[in-house]
Amino acid sequence: MPPRHPIRILAATLVLAVGLSSLGHATESTLLNVSYDVSRELYKDIHPTFVAHWKAKTGESLTINQSHGGSSKQAMSVAAGLEADVITMNQSPDIDILVERGGLVAADWRKRLPHDASPYTTTSVFLVRKGNPKQIRDWSDLARPGLAVIVPNPKTSGNGRFTYLAAWGYALQRVGAGGTAADAAAREFVSKLLANVPVLDGGGRGATTTFTQRGVGDVLVTFENEAVLIGKEVGEGKFDIVYPSVSIDAPAPVAVVDKVVEKRGTRKQAQAYLEFLFTPEGQEIIARHYFRPRDPAVLKKYAARFPAIRTFSVDGLLGGWKAVQQAHFADGGIYDQIIVRK
Amino acid sequence: MAAAAALHVPAGTLGHFDYQASPATREANWLRWTLLTLSLAFFAFFLLLPLVAVFVEALRKGWGTYLTALTDPDALSAIRLTLLAAAISVPLNLVFGIAAAWAIAKFEFRGKQFLITLIDLPFSVSPVIAGLVWVLIFGAQGWVGPWAAEHDLKVIFAVPGIVLATIFVTFPFVARELIPLMEAQGREEEEAAIVLGATGWQAFWRVTLPNVKWGLLYGVILCNARAMGEFGAVSVVSGHIRGLTNTLPLHVEILYNEYNFAAAFAVASILALLALVTLAIKTFIEYQHARAMAASTE
Amino acid sequence: MSATLFKRRFHVLPGFHLALGYTIGYLSLIVLIPLSAVLLKTMTLTFEQFWTIVSAPRVVASFKLSFGAALIAAAINAVFGLMLAWCLVRYSFPGKKLIDALVDLPFALPTAVAGIALTALYAPNGWIGSILEPHGIKVAFTPTGVLVALIFIGLPFVVRTVQPILEDLETELEEAAASLGAQRWQTFRLVLLPILTPALLTGFALAFARAVGESGSVIFIAGNMPMVSEIAPLMIITKLEQYDYRGATAIALAMLVLSFALLLAINALQGWKASQRTRNPGRKS
Repeated sequence: MPPRHPIRILAATLVLAVGLSSLGHATESTLLNVSYDVSRELYKDIHPTFVAHWKAKTGESLTINQSHGGSSKQAMSVAAGLEADVITMNQSPDIDILVERGGLVAADWRKRLPHDASPYTTTSVFLVRKGNPKQIRDWSDLARPGLAVIVPNPKTSGNGRFTYLAAWGYALQRVGAGGTAADAAAREFVSKLLANVPVLDGGGRGATTTFTQRGVGDVLVTFENEAVLIGKEVGEGKFDIVYPSVSIDAPAPVAVVDKVVEKRGTRKQAQAYLEFLFTPEGQEIIARHYFRPRDPAVLKKYAARFPAIRTFSVDGLLGGWKAVQQAHFADGGIYDQIIVRK
Repeated sequence: MAAAAALHVPAGTLGHFDYQASPATREANWLRWTLLTLSLAFFAFFLLLPLVAVFVEALRKGWGTYLTALTDPDALSAIRLTLLAAAISVPLNLVFGIAAAWAIAKFEFRGKQFLITLIDLPFSVSPVIAGLVWVLIFGAQGWVGPWAAEHDLKVIFAVPGIVLATIFVTFPFVARELIPLMEAQGREEEEAAIVLGATGWQAFWRVTLPNVKWGLLYGVILCNARAMGEFGAVSVVSGHIRGLTNTLPLHVEILYNEYNFAAAFAVASILALLALVTLAIKTFIEYQHARAMAASTE
Repeated sequence: MSATLFKRRFHVLPGFHLALGYTIGYLSLIVLIPLSAVLLKTMTLTFEQFWTIVSAPRVVASFKLSFGAALIAAAINAVFGLMLAWCLVRYSFPGKKLIDALVDLPFALPTAVAGIALTALYAPNGWIGSILEPHGIKVAFTPTGVLVALIFIGLPFVVRTVQPILEDLETELEEAAASLGAQRWQTFRLVLLPILTPALLTGFALAFARAVGESGSVIFIAGNMPMVSEIAPLMIITKLEQYDYRGATAIALAMLVLSFALLLAINALQGWKASQRTRNPGRKS
């Protein structure tokens, strides 16, 4: 063993490290979009279009970096110092947390872009095995004894959270009346449904893999765009999509991270980038990825992809995210009570 | 923890002893076969098949897909970052391992077991926590975070954070390898060297190091393997920026989550190959060691 | 100062202060100070709050699973690891060198890769899972799946601690026992096993320690059902993803204290056994 090698190697690697990290500082502008798990294909398509658009408009060349992961986990990274210029999430609590933690995002972020700052929406649907052998038509079927239902973990994924709330909202509406009777009925229904869940994956993509690759479960509840993508990418002709009688409106909110863009001097670019999502060009790309666009013209053009479905919203039926968060997902909340008593 | 995983000399490389020749050390045939069958079945189910599965899945869509997955710019940048993190953390833990082994193996002091248990601690700390500790310190609300932000020093969600997390999880490897080895060798040789007028450093370089070099290398190799493969801790501090802060294991996860299973397993197979190369080097080292030992006893 | 503090014998070797100082300094910088951040974060909770978090039914269930499965996996590894080490040392068979080299695979293979591969094998439609499924045996997405992953992670620790001791064993001991009329099993139980015990304990301790904290490979195969197959590290992740740092660190601290106590106990037991053995040596030097 050569005696002084460790020190030499160390010195060499430190020099290398410094060298490599200094390579990162280029002169052109960069933007970092911190996003949730299943939006990577969408933004991969958005970026070249926007970069070209920006170059044509201002002459500046722009590099956009992407970071993807579980929605809440990503929000937490931003709160802890990940320098995101924009965040594009799948549930608004993950942006609200950045208002609360360190005031990274201004409290009025919903007002700064159209449609409560969400360029597109989606909804929870069912994916069943080809031919729908278990005859699953609506939420009530999911609570049937003996059925295996795959959903992502509502505690750690926006996808799972929307699934849970969709089932809850369905039960509330079925009872019709409000108040405690409806709540009790909803709780009983959701308990039965969750009793049918054999695996709780951390995120939407994990649940998909369990359902499609591992062959576990009779039905997967997931976002519409995911369900379509699975049909195309993972197993053509092996699955059918079932639209329930009613489901939840799941808008995907976006925001500029004010503190970061001020520090980095990228507000102009960041704002233009998010606004681009609302332009017909951006909406077109969004629709191509099976997210429901906001622009009526684009929606009409792609109407064949998006069957009409009756939806309710968290704000409309369930009293808003704050109330939902407190009542259902806080530690010891309704979700915990259901899952522990199972 | 005296008799820990010291470098072992594989039977068969030198002075192979035939245990089945003498009745005193022989087992009945049925017993031998049972033991062999059981342990080989156990080995196949828990170790061999997972390895085979990685390569089968990686090549499911043919060599073309396999090579495309590996030459993707994001994959290449992940490979570079992984190698960089290992190249910084392994030498640091190497120096620590030598110092710790010198103090623990060559001297008696109170609280030794306690110190050894502390060194073992990173083994039992959940990798998630190994990442979280750095967020608690360097995060925006952490101890040093605000100061670092003021001076524009990026630690977490950048290369230094990834390196720190890697150092933490690979912390005990070299030390754990060296301590039992140096304990077993005692201190007579070094003491003799000192008495004959050598300085401490000379005794260390000329006497101790040659004696433990193979064990040292073995520890470095395991440390390096773990450094390149760490997932949980690095995941917390990486920030997951594609092409910038993704290491190989994180890249595997991303591909897997993109339903790009063949590519995910292809990148995974690179990690498995690195593991196999590691093991091959290790076996070679043991072989060299065995030969050196055989030569010295002749 | 340290001479009195550590009651050190007179010693001709230099460098004790430098080496120990550096060890403790680096240990503090990399391990102790960062871990104290976990401690301090937890200290912002009152003891009642802390207790409420760590005694919640889901958390307790996850502790039981993590520690239980880790102990069982370590025990299974102790048995089969000893067996495998025995075969590798005592018998010759084709492919032995290859198997010997591959034993270290779990050290080197990234845990996420191991998790994905194990899940692919043991899922109901996997190579092994599809054989077990008709017999009503489910491995993936059950606590058994957790066990499988932990066995994978821990196996080399046992084999690699026991193997060198087995190789160094004097055959004279067994010959003496045989000449005194001992059966093979008696020789093993009364002569060999006591010599192997300290190493076996070390291997057990390391395999256990590694298994308790393992999450990368387990979350793929566990199924992650609350109260059933949710491991403690996953509870930490869950808390973190709800922005609950204090809850996460509280669980981490409880785990840390538990595994540290267990490790210390095993290390002490092992140190005691080893000191017994050095007084009564059965190894070639």
